[in-house]
Amino acid sequence: MRYILLFAFLFIGNQSLVYSQNSLSGRITNEKNQPLAGSHVHVSTYFANTDDSGNFVIKGIPNARLQVFVEYLGYKTLDTILDFQGNKTLNVSLKPDVSQLQEVVLKETYAKNKAQEIKTATIEKYSSESLGDALKEISGVSSLKTGNTIVKPIINGLHSSRVLIINNNVRLEDQQWGTEHAPNMDVNTAGKISVIKGANGLEFGGDAIGGTVVIDPPHIPVKDTLFGKTILNGQSNGRGGSVTSSLFKGYESGWNWNLQGTFKYLGDFQAPDYVLSNTGNRERNLSGSLGYKGENQGFNFFYSYFNADIGILRASHISSTSDLIRAINSGEPQYISDFTYDINAPKQQLQHHLGKINYYKLFSNDRKLSLQYSFQFNNRLEFDLRRGDDKDKPSLDLDLKTHTVNADFEGNYSEKLKYKFGINGSYQNNFADTENTNVRALIPNYDKFDAGVYAIGNYVLNDKLSFETGIRYDFSHIDAKKYYLKTRWAERGYDDEFSQFIIGEEGQQWYTNPVFSYHNFSGSAGTTYEITEKLNWITNISLTSRNPNPAELFSDGLHHSTGQIELGDLQLKREVATKFSTALNYNTSKFALEINPYANFINDFKVLIPTTIILSNRGPFPVWEYRQVDARLLGIDVTADYDFAKNLNWHSTASYVYGEDLTSNAALIDMPPFNFNNTVSFKKANWNNLVLSLKNETVLTQKRYPNNDFYVDVLDSGAPVSTLVEISKPPKGYSLLHFNSEMSFDVFEKSKMTLGFNIQNLLNTNYRDYLNRTRYYADDLGRNFRVQLKLNY
Amino acid sequence: MKTIKFLSLSLVATLFLASCSNDDSPAGAVNEEEVITTLTATLTGGGQTIILKSQDLDGAEGPLAPVVTVSGNLAANTTYSGSLDLLNEAASPAESITEEILEEADDHQFFFNVSNGLGAFAYLAPNDENGHPVGLNFTFTTGATVGTGTLTIILRHEPSKSAEGVSSGNIANAGGETDIQVSFPITVQ
Repeated sequence: MRYILLFAFLFIGNQSLVYSQNSLSGRITNEKNQPLAGSHVHVSTYFANTDDSGNFVIKGIPNARLQVFVEYLGYKTLDTILDFQGNKTLNVSLKPDVSQLQEVVLKETYAKNKAQEIKTATIEKYSSESLGDALKEISGVSSLKTGNTIVKPIINGLHSSRVLIINNNVRLEDQQWGTEHAPNMDVNTAGKISVIKGANGLEFGGDAIGGTVVIDPPHIPVKDTLFGKTILNGQSNGRGGSVTSSLFKGYESGWNWNLQGTFKYLGDFQAPDYVLSNTGNRERNLSGSLGYKGENQGFNFFYSYFNADIGILRASHISSTSDLIRAINSGEPQYISDFTYDINAPKQQLQHHLGKINYYKLFSNDRKLSLQYSFQFNNRLEFDLRRGDDKDKPSLDLDLKTHTVNADFEGNYSEKLKYKFGINGSYQNNFADTENTNVRALIPNYDKFDAGVYAIGNYVLNDKLSFETGIRYDFSHIDAKKYYLKTRWAERGYDDEFSQFIIGEEGQQWYTNPVFSYHNFSGSAGTTYEITEKLNWITNISLTSRNPNPAELFSDGLHHSTGQIELGDLQLKREVATKFSTALNYNTSKFALEINPYANFINDFKVLIPTTIILSNRGPFPVWEYRQVDARLLGIDVTADYDFAKNLNWHSTASYVYGEDLTSNAALIDMPPFNFNNTVSFKKANWNNLVLSLKNETVLTQKRYPNNDFYVDVLDSGAPVSTLVEISKPPKGYSLLHFNSEMSFDVFEKSKMTLGFNIQNLLNTNYRDYLNRTRYYADDLGRNFRVQLKLNY
Repeated sequence: MKTIKFLSLSLVATLFLASCSNDDSPAGAVNEEEVITTLTATLTGGGQTIILKSQDLDGAEGPLAPVVTVSGNLAANTTYSGSLDLLNEAASPAESITEEILEEADDHQFFFNVSNGLGAFAYLAPNDENGHPVGLNFTFTTGATVGTGTLTIILRHEPSKSAEGVSSGNIANAGGETDIQVSFPITVQ
């Protein structure tokens, strides 16, 4: 925007041919006729600021028709044209710009680092992929995948229940405990994505041990405007694509609405050497909003619907340890068939509805009260390969309903002290439809009640130094109903401690009612210090507490993609993390560098640990139990950006995390290996905004991992042969090249078309990723040509 | 003052929501139908009937190991005709899984093996609709070799029945997923 204004000045300024001297004077006030001291007035290259009474004078203006701008933060900029043939007077009363006031101060504290934010232009590149893919743009964020469609963000080595996802100010509740449960949202609804590493997002929750992903919808300004975009994607790998379209309408009166939809259709993906059978996916998403931004109050209705069918690699569905051994030892999928668009079991069918209403009221001195109610309904169906009457039934059918109310108040106590505080309450109900599945529920029915209260303050000591601190208290109560095999109940040692939970029995099973309550405190404190104009330094200490999630408490069953029996534990307590992090930001017009080291100490960190091997009619199974250990994660994230020559830019991100299980002095499992990305881009604005870039993505071999290999007897050859099951060793590191290009053209009036062409995995490299749950069974994706057509109107 | 009103209002709303729907009493305990708790192989020949049985009443996911029993010793140089019976005894009454396997015969195949060269297997009818063996009925022929060894029975779900050697009982190229994998200690005398 600034630049557009600047161009306007230059253009209009040049028309002044006669150099007579005129002056412009006047008074700038707000709508209540109070002076706005420090308003900025410019005419061509001449400018002045108003004094305490709102008055200003600009002298030496030549004879000409010139554009005049009057700006004051939080007010709508006045933009008018005056004919200077003599001295002029301009008295103006500015109107508040509600849209700016909404995004008050406190958000700045976490959004300060540009490196931790993804803008619309970048999000659009991931239009046919997912939130997890887009988030990899940020250093320190990697992804935990199942195949290539189920992508979960890992922030500084942590994921799932340890990462909060805040979609349009609503905490996403979509069975996020599961490593194979990707965020149920359409990345195309996002206008901006920010990542808060650590606990600075206390307003959203006190349990973000890894971090918080904040997704904001596109901003609709308060003026008469209608804009939108359509993005078409077509790709060779998966032989399909996506289309997404959105329309935004704003009115001067403050009303606004928008509609958005996405449709995605992809068949089987392909590794360099074979088809990845049953990896197609579909998405049908819809969202819309209706809002009003008045002078001192406003509201917004928002609804979104997400619907996805996701095929899971057929070869990754196993029923016994001997199947796993065959998969690992053969080095290629045990099931490959011809390309198809069909999606069969194993697969996931997901639906997520999110509806909310938000109301805010502005008071004098920028104080703001916000109230919000939101409702989410999530249905997750997972289909396994089954036999007999149950062949077409899902193995998992969970309905998760979440109601949340929030009340937040923010304002300025003085020029220097800003604050925000609030409360929230939520009620959640999980229903496992075992009549539909005919499988014992892994995650039981439960009712959960949460309430939280927080306060955050930001104190600006001087131009260079500011402090931020916050505290939060959360209460959580869970009331579950679950059937346990009596043998399992006894084996877990629950007889002594939890016999009061037993409320009935049926055949071989106990019917139980586990009830737990938790009281948690969390807090954070940090400073921002501007060492020089180019260099600033941010430090933060935070304390977060997370309660054991339903999987950690209640799991007991066989996991079909790992061939392991996973057991939860009712005895688990909360985990508490203390994280120290610091960031140095250096910024010049050509070069930017951010270095962000951190140390995260976590007590009672929940982790799955193999404990024993049990025998069954399907052969032996390894048993993995949720245990709590003390953990330490040390890491560093680096981002650099350098305009090293005219039209040429180099962008680099790197991250490393060293995770240690302090209880057994071993490496933590599933830690992202050292990875770095380097992109060289050529950009030329007057060649239709041509962009050509080449990106290298390198992931080194993870050398630090716990050795969980085990021996079992394999019977395939007749006599039992004791065989090592090598599940621990991470796959070799890899290095990929990606090419990207785009150009934009003006089409029609006020419309812009951008044509993009890119090739992922340019060299068709075979690779497997340590953090992909299907890595035992198949290679990752091969080369993919993609064409993107984007129309902005 | 207004603020406090708003805050209290939202708290009340929360409590109201929390107090309402608490009505979802779950369906009864699930007894999974696909669980194979019991495999019985009956070998008849030489005037003898030998029963091999593996029973895992708490299923694959329960902590208890299967109880494996063999009713007696086998005789050398004898042809036994064998039949398999699979049950889910976790359900009451117990369900037969054998029928299900027959109904989906083309998705299932049993594989047999014995160590120390104690004998050889051959498939008997019924075959599946494509003429491929299923293995619910088979013959086991002992030779002159005597001693102890392990008799293994494996059931694969969705194997590649047309792959090389699979029809004659070679598991190497069968693929698929393992539904049953049990071994019995036997003695041939």
